[in-house]
Amino acid sequence: MPKTTFKIWRGDSKGGEFRAYETEYSEGMVVLDVVHKIQAEQANDLAVRWNCKAGKCGSCSAEVNGQPKLMCMTRMNTLPLDRSVTVEPMQAFPVEKDLVADVSVNYEIKKRIKPFKPRPPDHDDGTWTMHQADVERSQEFRKCIECFLCQDVCHVDRDHHYHLEGKFIGPRFFVHAAYLDMHPADAEDRLADLKERDGVGYCNITKCCTVVCPEHITITDNAIIPLKERVADRYYDPLAKVLKVIGLGGKK
Amino acid sequence: MAGHETHEYDVLVVGAGGAGLRAAIEASTAGVRVGLVCKSLLGKAHTVMAEGGMAAALANVDERDGWKVHFADTMRGGQYLNQWRMAEIHAQEAPARVNELEAWGALFDRTPEGRILQRNFGGHAYPRLAHVGDRTGLEMIRTLQDHGIHQGMAVHMEITITTLLKDGERIAGAFGYDRERGRFRVFKAPAVILATGGLGKAYKITSNSWECTGDGMSLAYHAGAQLKDMEFVQFHPTGMVWPPSVRGILVTEGVRGEGGVLTNSEDKRFMFDNIPELYKDLVADDAEEGWRYVIGDRDARRPPELLTRDHVARMILAEVKAGRGSPHGGAFLDISWIKDRVKGGAEHIKRKLPSMYHQFKQLADLDITETPMEVGPTTHYAMGGVRVDSDSQASSVPGLFAAGECATGLHGANRLGGNSLSDLVVFGKLAGQYAAEYAKSAGPAKVADSEMEAAEAEALAPFGREESGEGPFQLQQALQDMMQEDVGIIRTEAELDKAAEALADLRSRAAKVKVHGNREWNSGWHTALDLEPLLTVSEAVAAAARERKESRGAHTRNDYQEKDSEWGKANLIVEKAGDGSMRVRREEIDPVPERLAKIIEEQG
Repeated sequence: MPKTTFKIWRGDSKGGEFRAYETEYSEGMVVLDVVHKIQAEQANDLAVRWNCKAGKCGSCSAEVNGQPKLMCMTRMNTLPLDRSVTVEPMQAFPVEKDLVADVSVNYEIKKRIKPFKPRPPDHDDGTWTMHQADVERSQEFRKCIECFLCQDVCHVDRDHHYHLEGKFIGPRFFVHAAYLDMHPADAEDRLADLKERDGVGYCNITKCCTVVCPEHITITDNAIIPLKERVADRYYDPLAKVLKVIGLGGKK
Repeated sequence: MAGHETHEYDVLVVGAGGAGLRAAIEASTAGVRVGLVCKSLLGKAHTVMAEGGMAAALANVDERDGWKVHFADTMRGGQYLNQWRMAEIHAQEAPARVNELEAWGALFDRTPEGRILQRNFGGHAYPRLAHVGDRTGLEMIRTLQDHGIHQGMAVHMEITITTLLKDGERIAGAFGYDRERGRFRVFKAPAVILATGGLGKAYKITSNSWECTGDGMSLAYHAGAQLKDMEFVQFHPTGMVWPPSVRGILVTEGVRGEGGVLTNSEDKRFMFDNIPELYKDLVADDAEEGWRYVIGDRDARRPPELLTRDHVARMILAEVKAGRGSPHGGAFLDISWIKDRVKGGAEHIKRKLPSMYHQFKQLADLDITETPMEVGPTTHYAMGGVRVDSDSQASSVPGLFAAGECATGLHGANRLGGNSLSDLVVFGKLAGQYAAEYAKSAGPAKVADSEMEAAEAEALAPFGREESGEGPFQLQQALQDMMQEDVGIIRTEAELDKAAEALADLRSRAAKVKVHGNREWNSGWHTALDLEPLLTVSEAVAAAARERKESRGAHTRNDYQEKDSEWGKANLIVEKAGDGSMRVRREEIDPVPERLAKIIEEQG
């Protein structure tokens, strides 16, 4: 079997360093397999968060050669193997230990967003008539597995830590807000929150989030830009403002 | 002593998959204090892996469907070992539970009329599975998670429960540790609901994630509750077989529901070769009739690929054994052929099975719209588990409830695809409701300090041992290899005897495993502590499998190849005897009452 060297970040919130592990790998292996092999054979106490190992749960997010990736979906043959492979925890979050990041802020952000609030049901059994064409936009956002790689790569989070300071909810939660906003049965209004509290204006559309999304959700174009447009329509449209002043504006 | 942090609730729910979340929501709504403990982060539980859909007789696609048909299908699929009352409740309440998810924000795929779309699945007479492409479990867990966090429950993530605490005969709470710091936690609660899922990690080839180590079953067993039907472990017929590192990952039954066919190395559709007696009149005569069924012709009968999972898994194994398998020891599953038969061709396949398309593309360099997949059986689901009352989900220990995969009763000898997701929410809700009622009337329970000290000492033991030369990961692997080999799909008495000896040996070796490092996020320590539940459930599966001397549903004995009508009247109960040993005993099944017997008869 061929050999490879993994440089894995070992440490905790107080600091740490990359440590090199040499190991064998076989055809078809993914980065998580190699990390597990190292853990079982050389470093039993290596901390790594994972769960399904099939790209469906979004637990094993890390930075592989500096790129935000799911370790379980990164095949060895997609990496340059003439040099060592570096693996480190996501950088936009505090570290817990080794490859495990403290992603708890994401759960706090989710809780702040107003939940789904349906309009009255269309049918006696408590359900709605919704057509496939109308649910498809939100269904794209529901593919999200909450791996938080988009949060990790976004410069507003990564460089400015606005997500940790409560000023910016980040791409994952714009996707969540867009799912709610475009849900055919939802009747809640979240625009004021998006503008004032959630910081949708901080996104300057560099589309880094869309690039790293393992579920291929078109985060920027399909979720964030429409939300920005809705905020702009309500709060910054000069014509609407005039109509409002003279008492002809709609209720929103 | 190491010390611990204490939390107090009325109802403690262990596990945050579909059943745990639904139970926690129901108990919260009932107005009691609810704590929800999960081994992973919230929203990552194994439910997320469920693909095909959620069975409920909504009759949106075929109005001939109804709860009676669903009930009869479930009983037939379970070879009549099911708790008939659970099958009845499940069939009656599943539609309301699906609709409720829609009311909480779930977005299922739609019919042309704008209602919830339903698809075909093995063992179901009509298109019955509400679904979202092939990621239904994700939709379910996200809906329950996003609804649940606003219902007042307290969520404790990345905590593993190692012991249940008791006050005399009744439950008093649970003891565990958090992964991040390794600190001990005591959860005091008069009612505990176990919703920890399955035991797939006892096997080498499995679709299950690391969490599925049989925790709830083991916790309940050691607390004095009964386990039932442990011999019935479902091997899903279609797991990935190549490359080796992804072996076992699930390939949804939805592939077959959408028209996928199984072939051998001679390009023969071998599933037509052997149709089981119970399904003789329900299967298509030829490929053409099967396809007509898939596209909704109501006069056509199902293709043989949509027979129950136990049968399909055995058929694939038989082809491999006869030397007609695929290059890496499976069979071929081809969905690409439908391209010429449907509007949209390859795009149709990608839209119906998006996760499968990506899974094979990324992990196996294979385009399923062009090339057949290689598939083989993978350990998927435990039909057995904690024995519960059909209505309340209460175990035999006062205050202890169980729901979802870690409980038993609905599925009998074999679970139908799609009946698991509906099981989670139907019985999760009931467990939450009855546990809250119980907690209100039972009042607080006391936990003796000595019990907590014993639990701490036990959890810390691996740090204090001498080096034995065998680490926790090696031991876990040895157990998985043995179970795969000797307690797998096809079983014999000789192998099961060997397994019993091997388990005794593994248990003594597990008691010597030493753990290095400190208690913070120490995966070696976690794996060492997971050995106890893994060993306990493996012992229960092996012991029950040895006892049932017939072949039925998911339990196949090479030395007793036929169904035995006497065994058809009995379940096997596994419990801890007074001397601490594991006891297996046979118990007669309550006869099906007339009102339900009539339904079974009418449904043919």
